Amino acid sequence: MSGKPIHVTVDRLRRFAHRPERPRRIEADDRSCPRCETHFRGEEMVRNARVCTACGYHFAISARDRLDHLAGEDGWRELWTELRAADPLQFTDLAPYPQRVRKAEADTGLGEAVVTADLEIRGQPCVAAVMDFGFMGGSMGSVVGEKVARACERAVERGVPLLVVTASGGARMQEGVLALMQMAKTIVAFEAVNEARLPIVVVLAHPTTGGVWASFAALGDVTYAEPGALIAFSGPRVIEQVTREKLPPDFGLAESQLHNGQVDAVVDRRELPERLGRLMAILERPDASGAQPLPLQWAQDGADRAARVAQGVAQAIPAIPRRIVDRVTKGNGKSE
Amino acid sequence: MNPRPSSGGRFVRRIVDRFQHAPEDTSEIWEAIQLARHPDRPYPLDYITRLCTDFEELHGDRAYGDDPAIVAGVGRYHDEPLAIIGEQKGRDTQERTYRNFGMPSPEGYRKGMRVIALAEKLDIPLVTLIDTPGAYPGAGAEQRGQGGAIAKSILAMVRTPVPTVAVIVGEGSSGGALALGVADRVLMMANSTYSVISPEGGAAILWRDASKARLAAGAFRPTASNCYRWGIVDAVIPEPPGGAHRDADAAAALLDTYLQRALRELRALPRAERVRQRRERFRRLGAHREFAVGDPGAIAAGRVELSTGAPVSPPPPAPAAEPGTPEPASPREG
Repeated sequence: MSGKPIHVTVDRLRRFAHRPERPRRIEADDRSCPRCETHFRGEEMVRNARVCTACGYHFAISARDRLDHLAGEDGWRELWTELRAADPLQFTDLAPYPQRVRKAEADTGLGEAVVTADLEIRGQPCVAAVMDFGFMGGSMGSVVGEKVARACERAVERGVPLLVVTASGGARMQEGVLALMQMAKTIVAFEAVNEARLPIVVVLAHPTTGGVWASFAALGDVTYAEPGALIAFSGPRVIEQVTREKLPPDFGLAESQLHNGQVDAVVDRRELPERLGRLMAILERPDASGAQPLPLQWAQDGADRAARVAQGVAQAIPAIPRRIVDRVTKGNGKSE
Repeated sequence: MNPRPSSGGRFVRRIVDRFQHAPEDTSEIWEAIQLARHPDRPYPLDYITRLCTDFEELHGDRAYGDDPAIVAGVGRYHDEPLAIIGEQKGRDTQERTYRNFGMPSPEGYRKGMRVIALAEKLDIPLVTLIDTPGAYPGAGAEQRGQGGAIAKSILAMVRTPVPTVAVIVGEGSSGGALALGVADRVLMMANSTYSVISPEGGAAILWRDASKARLAAGAFRPTASNCYRWGIVDAVIPEPPGGAHRDADAAAALLDTYLQRALRELRALPRAERVRQRRERFRRLGAHREFAVGDPGAIAAGRVELSTGAPVSPPPPAPAAEPGTPEPASPREG
């Protein structure tokens, strides 16, 4: 404690005490839709998962808000909050790297550009790594790589699906070649999930570019994209600069990437919890201990027949029951 | 990793020592970058013709087309077969245009994956030679899945059970280089560079001015010595005096020495062990700090407790602790 006395009047204290409780989310401010200019109050934004109800425009959403939205009533628990960026290159561009990190921490209330969590989506347990574009453009440095890798290992450990939601400009320039190596690190970790035969679901939010799209984001078993999300290895500005190509207005958008065959579906954020829950329910395997081996009777029959043919034993073709043939050819069995 | 005292250890250490004190100064780093991009610097095909007694280049990804920015094929190396993938820049204007300045398209990486699959089938070692300013940024490349091609190329190199050696022979920039860079041994020619992005690209993004490339180079410090220090590469291959462009034969001979040694080491390992070591190595790369939970340096942990359902365990308490052991199925208290 500093020795400085604090002077407050009773009046000010009272005002402080009666201040209405602020909404929990720091982003919960009023917004206007940039596409249709509909105005939303903060709590409406939260209720609509930050999607414009009039035109479907998807606003940026913070990682924690997204987890709230995905988990709903079930809740979620953040993992490895205590991982922080180091400054291996002592990097300075227009500002020193540690200063940029501190500013991003203060602005977003996050420790890094990805939030990892244990959660349930519509009753389906999973481990999630959700990126936050607000933290230095969602860029992937060593900590992001490490948290994604740990999320993979945790999914394996718990035997649950892995969910990754990306929103990133790519590798974090300020960590130089070490950031590049995170592409390899995350893919190595994904491979562990593949070996454990657990599903990996990737949701590409706006934007997913550069080193993130060229590594783990492209390796999901099922890949969804949010409407209007930019999904590309090189952003439109880079392409226009390097190649002087004139790009169509829908370049790299989720919808055109669906057309290009790069994603499985474009899913509205408001439907995402349902879709993810359903998908995970489809992919859920019966408990390995209680599972019955699949009946392989037909295959065995075929193998036996093939063996008899090989021995030169003539095959009697079993007569097809008349009843079935009649029903199929004459329809409904009414002709009899 | 290798308990045997290495025969070339002192030699290597001497070279490394020289580089440990080396280019921190921006102008020196810039010089290194100019050397890495020197127009007379040997390109993968120059090395391949010198290393291999015979080489058969393969073309096409069997899906869309052939990418001249990537050369791939099989060669005879010290009387044994070897699969090779390289990124080729081109020497004169005409060839540069043909090779797309060494910027590969998705077809190129898919052709590479074809050769990786071939190496696996025949159980022959794989060597990649990296020299690219980055993967090609273009609308067509995007449409055909540039991101996915790079990611799958990395995955193929993570998975393959054959011995793999990656050598950065010139410029190694961005995912375009890493796509071929995940190997059992990663080597770097002394005057080559390896970075997350080309200095020009980095300057355009961070300084919003591509002409600040010198500054960016000084900040990225993409030299071989630095990459060795950060644990990104296993060895720095010395170059003939003045640089590889002065004497391509000598450069190839030096590369040959290191390559042979790397392959000899790798052949001694069982297949599964190679893959395990490779994965572990790339799993560890990076630099982060980890605080104890509740440390004032860290932001207060978990906002919402999971009330029902999945077993939840506290995050690993100690730094460097890996979530490896199964944890009790009770939520954390307090």
